[in-house]
Amino acid sequence: MNTVTIGGKAGEGVKAFGKLFSKIISQLGYYIFVLDDYPSLITGGHNFNKISFDKKPLYSHYVETDVLVAIDEKTIKQHKNELKKGGIIIYDSNSVKSKGIGVPSLDIVNEVGGTRIMRNVALLGALSFVLGIDFKYVEKVLKETYPKAVEKNVAIAKKGYEFAKKNSKKVMVLKKIGSPKDIMTGNTAIAYGAVNAGLNHYIAYPMTPATSILHYLAKNSSKFGVKVVQAENEISVINMALGSAYAGAKTMIGTSGGGFALMNEALSLAGMSETPLVIAEIQRPGPSTGVPTYTSQADLNFVLNAGHGEFPKIVVAPGTNEQAFYKSAEALYLAWKYQAPVIVLGDKHLGESIKTIEIKLSKAKKAKGKISKGGKNYKRYSITKDGVSPIAFPGTKDTIVKSSSYEHDEFGITTEDPVVVKKMQDKRLMKMKSIEKEIEKLEAVKVYGRGKNVVLTWGSSIGAVLEAAKQLKNVKIVQPIYMMPFPKKEVAKHLRGAGKIVCVEANAMGQLADLIKLHTGIEIDKRVLKYDSREFNPTELLKQLKRWLK
Amino acid sequence: MKLNTNAEITWCPGCGNFGILAALKNAVNDLVAEGTPKENIVIASGIGCHAKIVDYINVNSFYSIHGRVPPTLTGMKLANKNLVAIGFAGDGDMYDEGISHLIHAAKRNTDITMVIHDNRVFALTTGQFTATSPRGFRGKSTPNGSVENPLNPLKLMLSAGATFVARGYAGNPNHLKELIKKAARHKGFSFVEVLQPCVVFNNTYQEYNRKVYDLSEDNHDTSSLDAAMKKADEWKERIPIGVFYEKESKVFEDNF
Repeated sequence: MNTVTIGGKAGEGVKAFGKLFSKIISQLGYYIFVLDDYPSLITGGHNFNKISFDKKPLYSHYVETDVLVAIDEKTIKQHKNELKKGGIIIYDSNSVKSKGIGVPSLDIVNEVGGTRIMRNVALLGALSFVLGIDFKYVEKVLKETYPKAVEKNVAIAKKGYEFAKKNSKKVMVLKKIGSPKDIMTGNTAIAYGAVNAGLNHYIAYPMTPATSILHYLAKNSSKFGVKVVQAENEISVINMALGSAYAGAKTMIGTSGGGFALMNEALSLAGMSETPLVIAEIQRPGPSTGVPTYTSQADLNFVLNAGHGEFPKIVVAPGTNEQAFYKSAEALYLAWKYQAPVIVLGDKHLGESIKTIEIKLSKAKKAKGKISKGGKNYKRYSITKDGVSPIAFPGTKDTIVKSSSYEHDEFGITTEDPVVVKKMQDKRLMKMKSIEKEIEKLEAVKVYGRGKNVVLTWGSSIGAVLEAAKQLKNVKIVQPIYMMPFPKKEVAKHLRGAGKIVCVEANAMGQLADLIKLHTGIEIDKRVLKYDSREFNPTELLKQLKRWLK
Repeated sequence: MKLNTNAEITWCPGCGNFGILAALKNAVNDLVAEGTPKENIVIASGIGCHAKIVDYINVNSFYSIHGRVPPTLTGMKLANKNLVAIGFAGDGDMYDEGISHLIHAAKRNTDITMVIHDNRVFALTTGQFTATSPRGFRGKSTPNGSVENPLNPLKLMLSAGATFVARGYAGNPNHLKELIKKAARHKGFSFVEVLQPCVVFNNTYQEYNRKVYDLSEDNHDTSSLDAAMKKADEWKERIPIGVFYEKESKVFEDNF
């Protein structure tokens, strides 16, 4: 396992470097994990990427660095202590003074007639030589990524490569070890999963760190046949989505905690009107504006309790790219099967880290639902055994489809009759029973390894836990993926009779641990909590886990 | 065509909403007779006295929440362009709670119709001032009179880019029926403000009966934004009803 850290100011191509390098490494067949760390500003500041890669599956980035690539001075100051013994620095010698390999990247860019932002490509070329990567892979990735500016980019990378060849030595030789790996961010995986399940519409208002779903689907709108709309605010987003689903379109929306707060009234409307809807809630640290471009898992209680009144709701929290893809598809499938809102709870670390992904498209669930042909006697809210009323859409001949936010009878007409009110609430809550049964058949809890001790975790924190666990013995890792309905039997099964139990999550209160107590009565007092707005660092986490499990 | 439902009508006797419901039913009958498939007609309402209208007419409907009818209809049109989507909202619903949605729907030129039951009062919450209540309006929340000036919804909609702007009167259902039909047929965002007396909290029948006149008798040029703006300012002595402004423009959902 090795790590490259690249740093510079916002607007200097740090993220682009991370993307390019992860593509090159993935071409060689390596597993990758890229942390993209950036503050909330457009130019200046300090951005960095940590690109870790390994021959075997890799679940997290590492902080400890083999090669530090510095576009600016601050990168060296901030990250030189993270260098492993024997680690080296590659830097832009036109703007930085340092030990290591100084690449005159601005000179190189100027020689080729490029722009200042292309310094990252010169450094990428130099890095590729130092890591012993055949230049043809660099060239291939540049061609694919910048089809309109291939020549300049390749020329700059080549000059950087040749400069390093003349002035430094290889620190390793990375050869092709397997077939190229696919990479994407968790947000892309969420979007892609929904698309594979049959998504028709995506509606959103920009909010970090959910915005990249909007960008990805907007860019690929024609390719995927998905209509993408940016609405005037989150309240409009969710109401537009409900109108869209009422008229038959499979619809997803996306936001973060603050935007989701605005959506709450209509979330309850989705519950009452029994309108299928998927909401991607990509968490960032709160309360309030919080720390917008960083990560957190503190919205679990919020989404579980979101929406006034009592209605069936599903919350699924994927932790890996693969889960993001499959569970997002599953979310659309469940939303339509049970005509209920489904929340896909992600976070910045899952959503914006580029990772290797190994999926089979054919394994993704498809959204269908119990569709009615309508007819003169059609009742939108007919009472059925499983609580699911066959759904028809406006535009169906001889059919009247009446949906309502108000308590209603089977036809959809307002009622305040206590007998009907109770009957309809029972009908809706019956769906929750049906959903509970279905969840038991899906992968609601993911268990890794065997052992007497149990490490519990959820969402993106699974990554660092799995890395730490590579160094631990006698440990079973239990990751609940469905949070509502909560797979209490299965979780309890793993906890009863266990040795030590530790719960790892990125919030200050231990929300999963409390949820487990609520559902199983099992008290988990060993809690490893991180709430400094940064993701878990697997090396530090390993130390903490060793202490707890001793 | 049977448009009644089994729902018991719970509006106060004499409520302006009866005129609006009658106009809607007649408009739907005409639209269907003239070739619009009934199953393609869909209405939506917000929350308030107006909203009960969805229960009283047997067409597709979505009883939405307070202030959110425009995005709900926009979503429907995004999913199915063939739908004839007509929204109903009150003044509190649309000019207070959901005003941003109204402005954005007009700006987008979504092919929907919004009919606003403007009684200039929150009625179902038993009488508070709304965005169109006159300054000095005495309600339960403003016992000494409202200190805010009312906004002018027609001017707002004309500025926001609505491509069909009209005003009707609940006391003239035949005229209102024609407006709803025109609005429904107009390709683009249609706005129909309806003067609606509230017999309990803001009874304006006498005032409206005295002041209201039909714009079409006044040689009004519906293609002129300037003329429409001028007419929208008219209120004190005479109140114009009819089509203020009409224009063809590309509709939002045709961009997808």
